[in-house]
Amino acid sequence: MRNSIFMKELSIYKEQNLDFGRLFDHLGKLNGHEPDFMKQTRKKASKAFLREGLPGRKDEDYKHLLIDKLFERDYKYRFLKEIVHFDINHLFKCDIPNLNTHLITLLNGFYHGEADQLIELPSGIRYGSMQAASKEMPHILEKHYSKYAGFGKDSFVDLNTSLARDGVFIYVPKNTVFNKPIQIVNLILSDKELLIQPRNLIVLEENTSFNLVVCDHALTMKYSLGNSVTESYVAQNAKYDFTLLQNEHNNASLINHHFIHQEKNSRVETNTLSLHAGLIRNNHFVTLNGEGAENYANGLYLMDKDQYIDNWVYMDHAKPNCKSEQLYKGVMDGQSKGVFSGRILVRKDSQATEAYQRNNNILLTDDAKMNSKPQLEIYADDVKCSHGATVGQIDEEAMFYLRSRGISKKEASLMMMYGFTNDVIRRIRIDSLRERIEELVYKRLKGELARCDNCGYLNM
Amino acid sequence: MLIINNLHAEISGKEILKGISLKIKPGEVHAIMGPNGSGKSTLASVLAGRDMVNVTAGEVIFEGRNLLDLSPEERSHAGIFLGFQYPVEIPGVSMVNFMKTAINEIRKAKELDPLSPSDFLKLMREKKSLVEIDSGLTSRSVNEGFSGGEKKKNEIFQMAMLEPKLAILDETDSGLDIDALRVVANGVNKLKTPENASIIITHYQRLLDYIVPDFVHVLYKGRIVKSSGKELALELEEKGYDWIKKELEQI
Repeated sequence: MRNSIFMKELSIYKEQNLDFGRLFDHLGKLNGHEPDFMKQTRKKASKAFLREGLPGRKDEDYKHLLIDKLFERDYKYRFLKEIVHFDINHLFKCDIPNLNTHLITLLNGFYHGEADQLIELPSGIRYGSMQAASKEMPHILEKHYSKYAGFGKDSFVDLNTSLARDGVFIYVPKNTVFNKPIQIVNLILSDKELLIQPRNLIVLEENTSFNLVVCDHALTMKYSLGNSVTESYVAQNAKYDFTLLQNEHNNASLINHHFIHQEKNSRVETNTLSLHAGLIRNNHFVTLNGEGAENYANGLYLMDKDQYIDNWVYMDHAKPNCKSEQLYKGVMDGQSKGVFSGRILVRKDSQATEAYQRNNNILLTDDAKMNSKPQLEIYADDVKCSHGATVGQIDEEAMFYLRSRGISKKEASLMMMYGFTNDVIRRIRIDSLRERIEELVYKRLKGELARCDNCGYLNM
Repeated sequence: MLIINNLHAEISGKEILKGISLKIKPGEVHAIMGPNGSGKSTLASVLAGRDMVNVTAGEVIFEGRNLLDLSPEERSHAGIFLGFQYPVEIPGVSMVNFMKTAINEIRKAKELDPLSPSDFLKLMREKKSLVEIDSGLTSRSVNEGFSGGEKKKNEIFQMAMLEPKLAILDETDSGLDIDALRVVANGVNKLKTPENASIIITHYQRLLDYIVPDFVHVLYKGRIVKSSGKELALELEEKGYDWIKKELEQI
């Protein structure tokens, strides 16, 4: 009898099947050490998830994404960090020249390295595992955790909030200007097909400046599904630059949510660069919650074969005098399919709002598809808003112009596609990163497999 | 250098060129004039290889080769240059990258090594001052946000960079103020050598005050109806095209 209970508990330490009911049962046994608010948060989220279930076809927000197909694989989930004895430097070393960052690695969604304590940089920035943060800075966590992601808005978010066990926490204290970026690399390394669910919280206090780079990167060709949630809180007069590089392989699916909450006179610029993965869904929620806040959301996607990209942007102008600009551009090749859904909400008292949105696409084949859906909901009367979406082929007149100067058709088309994407790439402010991304995009457009050289695959 | 023989061409089923014949020798400047819709730009398009124009009869021989068999880029490699009436804006493609690629593709076709970056920059500087183009323009995207005059100057700059054997300037003077016109004409004159030739397509006599042609041809309803020396241009300026139309009716 005793033995069987022990065995049962031990089983929690292993990979679980994606039987959601059972997963939630296990949870109770594991969160004993967590602060109370975390337990409450999980409870609320799991209740919402069990009520709603995964989004179905009828769900307008996930209409084009084939959820059933996504869960056809027999994904496993781990509640606890697998003890993997290896030196991360042997497997992975980001080789971007002069990209001088503080490197954080997540392995299968868990903080890799010293997870028990937060690291404090000389500037005062503290970062480390979410687990360490819940012990060392519970008050900060309680103030922000799940406050922006909320409950019952999106089932995938609820799933993450219920079950996520780790991730990255970064705290930038008041008046800290930090120019050296922090880089988070999400590594996947397993002989199993995994569901991974990192949960990140980034807090920028008043008058700060901070730069974050996130790279999604699988080390094996195994199927995987990432369901990650990042919440970023950006206080008054804070400046935040965020770059996400999604460069995986066709067996990787990424569901990614970023919730950005901005206060007065803050400025946020995000670059979401989707170069490679089987399926990508990016949910990008911005709340401009203080006057004078500005948000610039840029995205670039290059899809090929049967790949699928779905960018969902939600810009909430909750206060007056804010400005937002969305710029998403994509090149669709093969039989790839894409969705861009950009929503701008200008609330009743948000006067003097400026909100712009642009989505431009090039379809390289007759089989590639793009669905662009702007949604403007404007309740204030003094606003400047515009949106524009284009889906087209390569400009024939420009093609002739380049060819008449001796440039071959192939090279001309490459130049134009590259020029098209450059509009987004040039907005990346970290020079060395921008140069590397230029290189990756160029290779990708040329039809070569674009990877950083040191980011190869391991056979498992 | 160039022999056009009984050239017929149509655009979406409508015959525009109805039998054009023309011979051009190295060192010559030919002006082709004519009222709107006479087929001037279509002729330029045929020579440069624009695929919306369909050649139904005749031939074009350029230095012994059948020009009509060549793709637009091969024509450029052979030494043909078209100065566009409406230069195209190409966002995100820098002038420097554009010119570097063009020059090196042309060099590749001639089995030459690519220009070294320093030689390329030297060439850029040299040609920029030759055609008096604002050096700021070459650091921007191709034609993006350029004024009408800047676009046309940029055509001449590209011509200077690529050093073609035969340049066809399609209404390069249209929409230019007198200063820009002078800059464009100076560029063309400075680039003139005994080995190269040019075809200046224009509606007005104005440009020919600055570029002195050896021959003037009048194109009307898809045919060359009159060819003469530079004095023909002045006569056209004075009497307009009606005079030629009347003369034709009498025949």
